[in-house]
Amino acid sequence: MSVVTKADQVATVDTIAVTIDGIEVQVPKGTLAIRAAEMIGIAIPRFCDHPLLDPVGACRQCLVEVPDMGNGRGMPKPQASCTLEVAPGMQIRTQLTSPVAAKSQKGMLEFLLINHPLDCPICDKGGECPLQNQALANGGGESRYEGVKRTFPKPVPISAQILLDRERCVLCARCTRFSEQISGDPFIALVERGALQQVGMYADHPYDSYFSGNVVQICPVGALTSAAYRFQSRPFDLVSTETTCEHCAGGCHLRSDQRHFQVKRRLAAEAPEVNEEWNCDKGRFAFVSARGEDRITRPLIREDGVLRIASWPEAIDAAVAGLAAAGSSAGVLTGGRLTLEDAYGYSKFARAVLGTNSIDFRSRPAGADEAAFLAARVAGRTVGQDVTYADLEKAGHVVLVGFEPEDESPLVFLRLRKGVRKSNLLVTAIAAFATTGTEKLNATLVATAPGGEAEALAGLELAPGNVILVGERAALAAGALAAAADLADASGARLAWVPRRAGDRGAVEAGCLPGLLPGGRPLADATARVDVASAWELESLPAAAGLEATAMLAAAATGELKALVVAGIEPSDFADAAAVRAGLEEAGFVVALENRLSEVTERADVVFPVALIEEHAGTFLNWEHRAGRVNTVIRQANAPMTDLRVLAALADGLGKPLGIRTAKQALAEIVELGTWDAPVTKAKPTRKAAAKKAAKPAKVADGEVAVKLSTWRQLIDGGRGQDGEEFMAATARDSVARVSPALAAQLGVADGDELSVNCNAGWYTLPVVITPGMAEGTVWVPTNSPGTPLGELGVVFGDDVALSVGGEE
Amino acid sequence: MTDTLTPVLSAQWGAEKSWTLDAYTATGGYEAVGTALKLTPAQVTDMVKDSGLRGRGGAGFPTGMKWSFVPKDNPNPTYLVVNADESEPGTCKDMPLLLASPHILVEGMIIASYAINCHTAFVYIRGEVLHVIRRMQQAVAQAYAAGYLGKNIKGSGYDLDIIVHAGAGAYICGEETALLDSLEGRRGQPRLRPPFPAVAGLYASPTVINNVESIASVPSIVKNGSSWFGSMGTEKSKGMTIYSLSGHVNRPGQFEAPLGITLRQLLDLSGGVRSGHQLKFWTPGGSSTPILTGEHLDVPLDYEGMAGAGSMLGTKALQVFDETTSVVRTTLRWIEFYKHESCGKCTPCREGNWWLVQLLKKFEAGEAVDGDVDKLLDICDDIGGKSFCALADGAVACVTSAVRHFRGEFEAGYKTPAWELFPYGASALFPVSEKVGAHA
Repeated sequence: MSVVTKADQVATVDTIAVTIDGIEVQVPKGTLAIRAAEMIGIAIPRFCDHPLLDPVGACRQCLVEVPDMGNGRGMPKPQASCTLEVAPGMQIRTQLTSPVAAKSQKGMLEFLLINHPLDCPICDKGGECPLQNQALANGGGESRYEGVKRTFPKPVPISAQILLDRERCVLCARCTRFSEQISGDPFIALVERGALQQVGMYADHPYDSYFSGNVVQICPVGALTSAAYRFQSRPFDLVSTETTCEHCAGGCHLRSDQRHFQVKRRLAAEAPEVNEEWNCDKGRFAFVSARGEDRITRPLIREDGVLRIASWPEAIDAAVAGLAAAGSSAGVLTGGRLTLEDAYGYSKFARAVLGTNSIDFRSRPAGADEAAFLAARVAGRTVGQDVTYADLEKAGHVVLVGFEPEDESPLVFLRLRKGVRKSNLLVTAIAAFATTGTEKLNATLVATAPGGEAEALAGLELAPGNVILVGERAALAAGALAAAADLADASGARLAWVPRRAGDRGAVEAGCLPGLLPGGRPLADATARVDVASAWELESLPAAAGLEATAMLAAAATGELKALVVAGIEPSDFADAAAVRAGLEEAGFVVALENRLSEVTERADVVFPVALIEEHAGTFLNWEHRAGRVNTVIRQANAPMTDLRVLAALADGLGKPLGIRTAKQALAEIVELGTWDAPVTKAKPTRKAAAKKAAKPAKVADGEVAVKLSTWRQLIDGGRGQDGEEFMAATARDSVARVSPALAAQLGVADGDELSVNCNAGWYTLPVVITPGMAEGTVWVPTNSPGTPLGELGVVFGDDVALSVGGEE
Repeated sequence: MTDTLTPVLSAQWGAEKSWTLDAYTATGGYEAVGTALKLTPAQVTDMVKDSGLRGRGGAGFPTGMKWSFVPKDNPNPTYLVVNADESEPGTCKDMPLLLASPHILVEGMIIASYAINCHTAFVYIRGEVLHVIRRMQQAVAQAYAAGYLGKNIKGSGYDLDIIVHAGAGAYICGEETALLDSLEGRRGQPRLRPPFPAVAGLYASPTVINNVESIASVPSIVKNGSSWFGSMGTEKSKGMTIYSLSGHVNRPGQFEAPLGITLRQLLDLSGGVRSGHQLKFWTPGGSSTPILTGEHLDVPLDYEGMAGAGSMLGTKALQVFDETTSVVRTTLRWIEFYKHESCGKCTPCREGNWWLVQLLKKFEAGEAVDGDVDKLLDICDDIGGKSFCALADGAVACVTSAVRHFRGEFEAGYKTPAWELFPYGASALFPVSEKVGAHA
């Protein structure tokens, strides 16, 4: 079927015939000569050319001869094949058949090398350097240059992470074009002229872009290097593995390079359907968080109130004893770090081994109507049924609800920006204020204080093919999910949910929700339960509805729930960190499967070390529902077990074998089980304004102003997965409190003044940024930036807070 | 063909306060505006087409045809941009013209703008010539005051604003697309073509870019007719133009004559080569045009004549050098200029000129080695025709033509410093210090 589709596509593309080095080739109209040559396997050397950047024709390395433009006349001069669009009947001769082209290219390489330092032996790029490779392939054997080389002081930091060596630079303008065209952060530019031309920046504005690492990767020489990887390894000593990023639900394909059993760097891999050739700085640089002293490598059990190292059998016995005692009065909290297979393991463990439906991946504030929305609109679907990255580009109009793509899903941001630049995409953001991301998308802001989303959505008109992107925050805005679903149904627009964490989408499919079985099967449906039970060779599945995450913790605190099995969660990620801590502390028995010591392990009775993401294989489902392979990057004999193996061992001990021990087995089972194919009931999420915990209204003292809290996580923030990467941390955006000009006037604050955000549990003081055009009656602060994690105050998006001037004593 | 001067653009240069509106109108200035505004824009364009006027900035593209390339259906405004970034070494025609007769350009711009349906026109003037910028600003202000600019010009219903923009002193901004970037407030670097400026030029709108002299010639065509203009010059190079003579001539300066005059005739008019000396080599149109020698004295100075002699008419800047001049030293000075003015965008120009300077310095110092002449030519071959814009082509033209005509003098650089072969003091026109007279 897919073959037919492809043939159709080919037939609709206008092609023209051109002849390259005597070989005739049919290429789509508008193809550049350099690409046409690639199609028949002819590589023309190049530096400035990059297929995803606008052509510039600066390096002149790709000159070819054009004896016939297709009209019988030849071009008098050699042409840059990276800027030359082919014409019907055009004759092109590359270096393979044209002495003129060959000499031009050889001469150009000589020019590029005359001022290039001979520091290849100590250059990060040496060994994978396009200049080095092409000098070897197309250059002269010896330099005829006997003059003086141009020198510059080096390296110059253009941000805390990115360093510039101007001597090595060949001025191809890839970095400056990337920053301007792709990410929309034109903080670097070519300055000066002639032989002194160089990449420069404005001294007061370092190149703090969320996408800055890409310029290191596309630099065709060693002019741009990252502080993190500089001098860490020679490229030929690295072992590369393609894998999928674990930092968000974007699903970027990565190339992870390891040496001496340690990941040294990560690069964006080529994945045209997903991340093209880009990734964000978090995905590129944040991979050292488990290098600290807090890495767990051996099981721990609590004895006399203190954790001590235990053998595996001892720890397994201890955990089995505790869980057996609790029986089905147990709950499972999985968090967002798990692969699809691991999540499936927990889901099966909860239902088939523990006998409970109390399992929830949402270690974050979760809205009341969210579970119903996920069941109706997200679970049990496939990549074909869902909106894709490519769909975003051509959607015509994309509406963002409770979703700030640049911070929360950076590659969605890049794809939207590409659509805006190349395909006349319109973007509408329903948000509290116009962010830099909104501006870079040229988006229309519907300034909306938290809670107003449903009304804002009702006021929009969309057409079939348009797309509504809802973020996980939308669940906290009363009625927003239902309004988005209504708008999609009424207009024919498509709806997609973009969660934040890499494991979220897989967790939904694996059934890590109290009301959902694997494959989007509703627990409430008896057929669905029978379906799963027979696949698992069980007589039946527990039918009683399970508890959601916060309810589990509350039940654990009161002793209603006797045991908790906890994967990767962090108390401050929840709406109320104190409640999580209390639940873990009071719980009768806690088993933690963790990479690093954490607030959970501090409160656990048995702790199992589990493999890091680079130490095991699996699958992440991204927001599109697309599967991304996670491959083992580091293989060591003494690597910790995976979550799955630990669960299997516990299940064995409990006398109810899990039936799966490896990711491969788990995936096979998931595939066999398939998705729920019962008639699609477009069950609408209830609109009963999500009996929102009549939010503890903050008491408003004299001089304080009550507002709604708007917040999300900035890309680079206090998340534990980013620990240890200080260069990247230094490029994070400032933690500020944003208010509208009117609110600022009411409060009597100016830009930079201290503003306190108060609630019953305490307050944070942040510098004010007055934000024109911002919705009234709201303040924005980051969710989890260093020093101000909102989970510690127990307030979430949409809650009431009180603002006061200055820091409180 | 005539051997007399034909002052049209320079006719009023000697008048009292020639740059003022009064002086200009006293001799019929701005009459052509009245004539043109009574015609249709297409009629004006046809008139210029029929006259055979070709671009005076160097390339010689027919001016009327350039105007007719402006798309009529483009929703964006159309702009006229006058290139007054005269920076070519040896070239001195637009600056004296604007200094003496700025209103002739203003008048030409009004007519040209009307012809292409433009309501905002720009003059981009080289930043170093502050006195010319002031003259031009003053002329535009006077023209506004007299009703030749602004809304409803002389009751015709036609509106035009002229903006005088000062460059920041970069040779590359004479390249039309770099000029547009600079005018838009960016760094001046040439743009990728297509799109061509006629389709997407200034602010991505249709734009006509003409040289000062081309536009300044328009009022005389409107006033006297196409055939009057076409009666001057040669078959394919019609009309009068300003030749600027400099260097080793007795009376250097601007000479306005019909196209096709020869250097021999111009030397007669300018009192000949420096007394007691003979012509050694000369440039027909600035340093970017290949140099010629005494054997080319009778070649017509028009587009075809110069092309036939292996050079280009260029800006008609005739730099004359007598037998005391070292061609090696001259070439080095020119290449130092190009190295300094290269915008840096493309590799061959940026790196190649950097290299050529160092190599030519060795020739000048007598430190070149056997084979360096061939290396010099080979480097030029790697630069010429390979660069993004024509700047580098112009740069290597002076080197390759110098070697073609004076290879022996370069080969002498393997052993003998240029200052020994050609003591520099001997070619100086003015007393020079001991230091400069020696060399360095």
